[in-house]
Amino acid sequence: MNWRRLWAIVIKELRQLGRDRITLAMIVGIPVIQLVLFGYAINLNLRGLDAGIADQANTAGSRALVMDMLATGVVTPVARADTPQQLMTMIRRGRISIGIAVPPDFERRRIDGRELAQVLVDGSDTTVQGAAAQLAQVPIDSAVPDTRAPMTSTPPGARISVVSFYNPQRQSAINIVPGLIGVILTMTMVLFTAIAIVRERERGNMELLIATPLTSTELMVGKVLPYVAIGLVQTSVILVLGMWLFDVPIRGNVFDVYLAAGLLILGNLSLGLLISTQARSQFQAMQMTFFVFLPSILLSGFMFPFAGMPKVVQWIAEVLPLTHFLRLIRGVMLRGAGLWEMWIDVLALAAFTLMMMTLAILRFRKRLD
Amino acid sequence: MTAQPHTGGTTDGDGVAIRASGLTKRFGKLAAVDHVDLEVPARHVYGFLGPNGSGKSTTIRMLCGLLTPTEGEIEVLGLRIPAQADELRSHIGYMTQKFSLFEDLTVRENLEFLAAIQGVPKAKTKSRIDELVEQYHFGDLQKQLAGTMSGGQKQRLGLACAVIHEPELLFLDEPTSAVDPESRRDFWEKLFELADVGTTLLVSTHLMDEAERCHRLAILDRGTLVADGTPDELMAKLKGRTFLVETADPRRAQHVLVDVPGVLGVAQVGNTLRVLTADDGGEATQRMDKALADAGQKGEVMPAPPNLEDVFVAATRNGDAKDDRREHAA
Ligand SMILES: Nc1ncnc2c1ncn2[C@@H]1O[C@H](COP(=O)(O)OP(=O)(O)O)[C@@H](O)[C@H]1O
Ligand SMILES: [Mg+2]
Repeated sequence: MNWRRLWAIVIKELRQLGRDRITLAMIVGIPVIQLVLFGYAINLNLRGLDAGIADQANTAGSRALVMDMLATGVVTPVARADTPQQLMTMIRRGRISIGIAVPPDFERRRIDGRELAQVLVDGSDTTVQGAAAQLAQVPIDSAVPDTRAPMTSTPPGARISVVSFYNPQRQSAINIVPGLIGVILTMTMVLFTAIAIVRERERGNMELLIATPLTSTELMVGKVLPYVAIGLVQTSVILVLGMWLFDVPIRGNVFDVYLAAGLLILGNLSLGLLISTQARSQFQAMQMTFFVFLPSILLSGFMFPFAGMPKVVQWIAEVLPLTHFLRLIRGVMLRGAGLWEMWIDVLALAAFTLMMMTLAILRFRKRLD
Repeated sequence: MTAQPHTGGTTDGDGVAIRASGLTKRFGKLAAVDHVDLEVPARHVYGFLGPNGSGKSTTIRMLCGLLTPTEGEIEVLGLRIPAQADELRSHIGYMTQKFSLFEDLTVRENLEFLAAIQGVPKAKTKSRIDELVEQYHFGDLQKQLAGTMSGGQKQRLGLACAVIHEPELLFLDEPTSAVDPESRRDFWEKLFELADVGTTLLVSTHLMDEAERCHRLAILDRGTLVADGTPDELMAKLKGRTFLVETADPRRAQHVLVDVPGVLGVAQVGNTLRVLTADDGGEATQRMDKALADAGQKGEVMPAPPNLEDVFVAATRNGDAKDDRREHAA
């Protein structure tokens, strides 16, 4: 490895990037647009959702609570029911998205300080979940003028439980944003490198390069390095926006977040290089990228809970870098875990990178045939 | 000429830069290059003449180790190719047929990039680039993006980048296509300057006037080497076989003449016809006179000095002429 030649490739790549306005715009534009789209789609402040009400207590207090919930404007009552079971049936049939159930012993519970009501949610529609969470925040003490029990200290929401059907993981913006880092890095990183090399072949630059003393390793590594930096910039954009717009926490170490992102970036870049050694045109490179991208989104656990997938699909998912990254990033950002507590996934990402890079360098011939 | 050992020391003692024998490249069924034998002397401008698709680029790519030959042996600067291709790379410069520099880098950035890749010593890089900028007239263009330059300017940049590390051997694949005549003349002057300081150049072209400037040349046709030698040698062989015919109706006369036995080619140049005959001691002349008279065409057949186009036609039509006769017999 000759450092001067490697550096020359890096500089050349950065200079070309600097003049490529569309790609520059995409580097920042893709994360921003995706984050805002995904984030708000899920965190949407919904109003006027169809609701069913089963007030089994039907006391002054329970009626006041229901009225207060309706007053938030989040739901509009469209049906009455006698039991929570009827509400569940209505949800299943799609007649209502939210059910409000007040149990017969409402007054008793109020005195005991137990749970007062349930908000039943169609969890298969993630947007509804945000709305349900809002409902559960209705300040109970103002809704139910309390004259007897000293339970004012109970935090609001603790006494109205949200029961979610069909989506036990209860995805939310907080859950989506860390995953989105992975999705965006998977999409852009693979594509950028795959195209960066195929483009040189199409433009004829490659014939010039392979007739020089430049080695395959220098070329491959030199191509990848600038994009590592770009990937980290994208990661920062998503993190900052995620914290600012959606209050996404970073409970673990920020350094671990970047380390995990770096591992994913390297894995994806190596995969992009491997694709570039196979693709004959930019269009082919694009198709191959999407061939990897779609399963990544669908199987990694970003869209659907990993545990719910059939065993075979899980094995396939284990091959995808995004699967391991999601475990790492959710662990670090949401559970405050250290990266090394999840060393298996760290190892998996490193192994993936090593394998793809080796294959790419081996497959890249300094020949035209 | 007096063959002196090359300064680089990698050329053979006998001053041969490139030697190839039985060189063959097949793409599927197509033999793009078919058993070509070559010997390129050091410090010469060696031409590769042939029409499009004759295998010039394929041969050059095999010689610099970019394509693996299907058959045959190659030795370049004393190195066996493709086995020792990696060692060869720092000793050669290659200017591809298609412009292959980076269109979104400036002239100077392209030069800087190649200087680093080709291992021009860091301390020397700046002065070497300044020198090339001066020699190749890039003074005002240094900051211009390569993609926005004219054909001639791109060609100059291609050559400047190919010679930045002062290679012993330069491969130039149709370097002057898409360049105006003036730039072509300047370009060829640069090539001879390079040969003067000891560089061996292998230049492919499909233009006769360019081929004529080369010290030696090889003529390729459909993958086979049909002739090689100095332009003078090649033309001298055709002495007494080329004629000019002046008639009132050149197009009709041309129809008459192509069917005359012994006539290999008839080309119209302005109002005259240029005729190449087989090597039959002048018999064809009489037959041409007779054929023209029979057809009622008044015309005068005069001997003319051969040129490279005649060499090319003679080299490529030899086989065809026989085939034609067989067809007529059948
Ligand atoms: N990579 C390739 N695959 C298949 N055929 C090729 C390839 N490269 C060249 N050829 C064919 O080989 C022949 C010689 O091509 P080339 O060497 O480019 O000719 P020239 O440079 O003299 O125009 C042509 O018929 C061309 O179509
Ligand atoms: Mg060619």
